[in-house]
Amino acid sequence: MSNKLINSMGLSQSISHIFAARNILTAKDALSMTEFDLMMLLDVDLDDVRSAVMQISRVVSPPRQTALQLIEDRGRSDHSLGYLPTMLKGLDETLQGMPFGCLTELVGPAGIGKTQFCLKLSLIAALPASAGGLNGHVVYIDTESKFSSRRLIEIGENSFPHIFRVKGMAKEMAGKIYVIHPTTADELIESLQQIKLSLLQHEVKLVVIDSIAALTLRETETNKIGYKQQTLGCPVSYLKSLAELSQVPIVVTNQVRSTRTDDSSFRYTFEGKKFDRPLRKV
Amino acid sequence: MLPGRAIFSNRSDGVTPMTAHERLPQNRPIQSDFFGAQTAWEMLSEELVQKHITTGCQDLDDILGGGIHCKEVTEIGGVPGIGKTQIGIQLAVNVQIPDEFGGLGGKAIYIDTEGSFMVERAYQIAKACVQDVLSISAIDGKVAETHRKKMNPNVFLANILYFRVCSYTEQIAVINYLEKFLAEERDVKILIIDSVSFLFRQDFDDLALRTRILSEMSLKLMKLAKSFNLAVVLLNQVTTKFTEGSFHLSLALGDSWSHACTNRVILYWNNDERCAYIEKSPSVRSASSGFSVTAEGIRNIIPSHKKIRIL
Repeated sequence: MSNKLINSMGLSQSISHIFAARNILTAKDALSMTEFDLMMLLDVDLDDVRSAVMQISRVVSPPRQTALQLIEDRGRSDHSLGYLPTMLKGLDETLQGMPFGCLTELVGPAGIGKTQFCLKLSLIAALPASAGGLNGHVVYIDTESKFSSRRLIEIGENSFPHIFRVKGMAKEMAGKIYVIHPTTADELIESLQQIKLSLLQHEVKLVVIDSIAALTLRETETNKIGYKQQTLGCPVSYLKSLAELSQVPIVVTNQVRSTRTDDSSFRYTFEGKKFDRPLRKV
Repeated sequence: MLPGRAIFSNRSDGVTPMTAHERLPQNRPIQSDFFGAQTAWEMLSEELVQKHITTGCQDLDDILGGGIHCKEVTEIGGVPGIGKTQIGIQLAVNVQIPDEFGGLGGKAIYIDTEGSFMVERAYQIAKACVQDVLSISAIDGKVAETHRKKMNPNVFLANILYFRVCSYTEQIAVINYLEKFLAEERDVKILIIDSVSFLFRQDFDDLALRTRILSEMSLKLMKLAKSFNLAVVLLNQVTTKFTEGSFHLSLALGDSWSHACTNRVILYWNNDERCAYIEKSPSVRSASSGFSVTAEGIRNIIPSHKKIRIL
């Protein structure tokens, strides 16, 4: 919505031309400026700027829903409230699996088995429904070049021998898993935008990003410290809205780093101060 | 506008300052000269009848001076998992407690930027709230049938007006549009933004521009709070900040933003206990209280409560 063109928003011809002449073309361009800055740039009355901004805002605003509608929609749609089972008894009992339409993060130290977990999940999503799978395609975004097809087949043969021993099935299962190797966060977004359509058509049943940390960390190293926060969040809001829109589970892995527990950077400046008890009303 | 001066400028009808003064009606109350001004006394009497929105946790209400105040912007921040969204949902439910039961009987607007609003959780909290309110009033023994009808979790959910926002452009747009929206939905008593910072912490290269946009946004939010007599609650994330030679936790969006809110509450962990600390408020003193997130929602900490730690 933020890239919607201003000349399609029902503004008067004259003001719409003024926006275009100053190269303010999209809603994002217009709303990324304060009203005062816009007035200076466009050289029109503040009142005119305000009413134009209001019209743009009205068009761009997401629709109003109520919480009741949300709960009713969930009941109706067969795609929501679903889970991709992990086929691990304890985890499936407590979590039911990886929820559709949500971002799930797997975190742990190196070597604990995050990639192995992702490979297994990919297989389960690809498996036919008769074997407890989702019979879907998988997009596997491998940022650390850790994906191993051989290991994938090995896991399949050992976990689901009845399927993988059938001739041609290993090929069919592995053929449903698409692996992408983006090297920057921008490339990641680009490839996600390309698969968006097939995500929306419910062909893809799982998106794995292994790992999300690799992209952001690598970019931080080449930039100053202050840059980290920006790149860190960059794809996340997009990922979240993509998961919600397509109702596909997205699983991301993340690395851990050690920190001292007495580290002051995990405290606020006011902590450790003594407080007076609040006055209680009698 | 001082008396005399306004009329003094109006020279075309030949009125001199002297005659202008004579023309003014006698015994005229002075505040009618100041456009829209109120005396401090009037404001106090208005505040005294004003009800506050309870957080569900008595201790937290006490340090906040009765709960979340209308006409004010309150910022609540804390680390992930501390319970910001839980407080947001709880307030969206509690604002609807009908007048007869001591609440405000208003609607809530929930602007979700993170996609963390869980509607099942909202139902759970609404159900617990309905039960609590009915059980308290059952002691009084006089709950009219019409009031009982209102006390249905589904009615509560229908009064939470929800906007899912996916980019900062949409966030700015929706806040601009609220001015028109609220003029039609007069019952809204609380506006919750969860979270105000998420979308602004990414996709922004020019931080000076971000500060200007944010300050314009905060002015608009303050204006909404005042003109529609509603509480604005902004949930905020934390970041680390370098001060006095070491890193400390601090709420996101920088120093200029910290001036944007009337009240600032920081949620933090004190060992295994959730606590809330009032960092800034013009009316109540700095204080801290514990709170807990239970199946029913935000509640007091029960002292004898045996903590079950799931590891």
